[in-house]
Amino acid sequence: MAKMMYRDAVLSTLHEEMERDESIVVLGEDVVGGMGTAGGPEAIGGIWSTSTGLFDKFGANRVIDTPISESAIMGAAGGLALTGKRPVAELMFADFIGVSLDQIWNQIAKFRYMFGGKTRCPAVLRMAYGAGFNAAAQHSQSVHHILTGMPGLKVVMPSTPEDVKGLLRTALRGDDPVIFLEHKALYAVEGEVPDGDYTIPFAHARQVRSGEDVTIIATGLMVGIAEAAAEELAEDGIGCDVIDLRTTSPLDEEAILDSVEVTGRLVIVDEAPPRCNLATDISAIVAQKAFASLRAPIEMVTAPHSPIPFALELEQAYLPSSDDVEAAVRKTLAYR
Amino acid sequence: MQLSREQLVQAFRRMCTIRAFEERLHDEIATGEIAGFTHLYCGQEAVAVGVCEHLDAADKIVSTHRGHGHCLAKGCDVTDMMKEIWGSSEGLCKGRGGSMHIADADVGMLGANGIVGAGAPIAVGAAMSLKIDGEGKVAITFSGDGACNQGTTFEAMNMAVVTKAPCIFVFENNHYSEHTGFEYAVGTSKDIASRAEAFGMKVWRGDGCDFTSVYETMREVLEYVRAGNGPAAVEFDTERFYGHFEGDPQNYRGEGELDRIRETRDCLKIFRAQATGAKLLDDAELDAIQQAAIDDVDAAVQAARAAPRPTADDVTKDVYIEY
Ligand SMILES: Cc1ncc(C[n+]2csc(CCOP(=O)(O)OP(=O)(O)O)c2C)c(N)n1
Ligand SMILES: [Mg+2]
Repeated sequence: MAKMMYRDAVLSTLHEEMERDESIVVLGEDVVGGMGTAGGPEAIGGIWSTSTGLFDKFGANRVIDTPISESAIMGAAGGLALTGKRPVAELMFADFIGVSLDQIWNQIAKFRYMFGGKTRCPAVLRMAYGAGFNAAAQHSQSVHHILTGMPGLKVVMPSTPEDVKGLLRTALRGDDPVIFLEHKALYAVEGEVPDGDYTIPFAHARQVRSGEDVTIIATGLMVGIAEAAAEELAEDGIGCDVIDLRTTSPLDEEAILDSVEVTGRLVIVDEAPPRCNLATDISAIVAQKAFASLRAPIEMVTAPHSPIPFALELEQAYLPSSDDVEAAVRKTLAYR
Repeated sequence: MQLSREQLVQAFRRMCTIRAFEERLHDEIATGEIAGFTHLYCGQEAVAVGVCEHLDAADKIVSTHRGHGHCLAKGCDVTDMMKEIWGSSEGLCKGRGGSMHIADADVGMLGANGIVGAGAPIAVGAAMSLKIDGEGKVAITFSGDGACNQGTTFEAMNMAVVTKAPCIFVFENNHYSEHTGFEYAVGTSKDIASRAEAFGMKVWRGDGCDFTSVYETMREVLEYVRAGNGPAAVEFDTERFYGHFEGDPQNYRGEGELDRIRETRDCLKIFRAQATGAKLLDDAELDAIQQAAIDDVDAAVQAARAAPRPTADDVTKDVYIEY
């Protein structure tokens, strides 16, 4: 076991996997940093420090600093992947899927299907997402709910350094396109990471905490918020079964349904706005497949139906909080 | 310098206001009082002011993530902007936008923008609209040397050409996009204007640290575009005095680079040398203008600190007009 920051889990995994597999190529804006400057390559080493040292070690063919051209970055990832490479393409902010969505959605996600199952497109598209930095409406969004609905993409949302490593390895060793969503507010969070070459399979949720009264489902940054709420509630003798989905596509339905069967009460926490998001999706699955187990209406704790505001107070009000989760748990328990 | 005394005073005052605004923010951000991502315009003041001094409120501009200078030059209120950056409910955008999204349509300022390259297509649309109105007004989009690599910028240039939209593409080449040098990222023989030329536009080049160069270049550009000749482009060579964002360690800069550009490429110093050299304004007058700008900004900061804060109820307001 070693203590490691979330961002270092990304970085060390990239180093290790690039050494293991020569076909891995990293590309994105400022992933080298300092290209064409007096300071020279690696003068910065990536704005999130998730690519530091890669250029020095693996060179310009495998670590490609790109101009500000997200559509071409995503498209190039598709082309690299179709021709035997394993690109790890970085969108500096997940919000920039707006500029590049055609390549992600109409191209990368669909190649294999459209081409009759005869090709592979093992592109890993890493993107920093999430609110909490007063970065306002175009640099704070959650995009998992949009991408989860796109057939052909796998969507990963690690919440701990341990999961970053295990899930990124799985992404890099698999043959399908993967969206790898890294929450900006988690980058500096430390956690224990097991030694050795472990992987975490997709669609295997993690039980964060066990309890028999209410199930709480979360991903990414929301996992910690759910955990904090569960801790508070435990003091009142309320047991929460907190589940971190880890991947939203594919989805570990079994873990959700098994838990709801025991608790009969479900709270889903989602950083996205309330319509057509992960919470509504899971809610529909549970309503259909575990209807008989439910003892109360499903509660959804989400962001409001609005863009993400700038001011401190507004962003705080926008983001789901552990108080919101606690209130939702109490509400579902109070039902009848 | 062929400008009247009055015009010179106004231009210098505007450049000083931008400088004072940004330097004050630089200090305030260091204390942690201001949240979010803030990109300072120091070093590029001559571009915003040299362009916007030719415009009135009916002409439109579309800005970038580094937008404070464009906003101030186009006539956004200093105090309202400061309140916005502080996140007050009395800010220009009610605290919802912050530094990267300052906008004031009343003065023809169609927004700073968090998405690099998003501005150019919007300016083309505004230009089409102005062409329909037929009053000789123009839309101007500011883009960096980084933004010129975005496909949206290419598409906008071509669309402006084929529709003969009265759109002006102002490229501010400050040699860096974040931490990447423009010599690496821009493939066209180290030059942005030639790209615009290849799209079929008449292009100009100027010194973005020299107000006179910007102003006189823009006089020609605007004459050409207002006369109905379609779009045009201009590249200004300029400098960024601070990091890409506040807190940027700037390891990519050369040894002594910042000292050198602050010494030899400071648009305020260059303006002062020209104005005093031509005996149009003297140092005491210029000092007084500079001080007045600093005082104004200080008053804006005091107002922003005391301004009301938004509340949770405000989050979902103005998402729609009617829903
Ligand atoms: C679509 C998009 N890609 C990337 C970014 C991140 N980013 C913000 S500013 C910037 C550099 C822009 O460089 P340039 O256009 O030269 O403007 P400057 O910062 O020099 O004013 C980058 C990469 C962004 N905001 N939007
Ligand atoms: Mg630049």
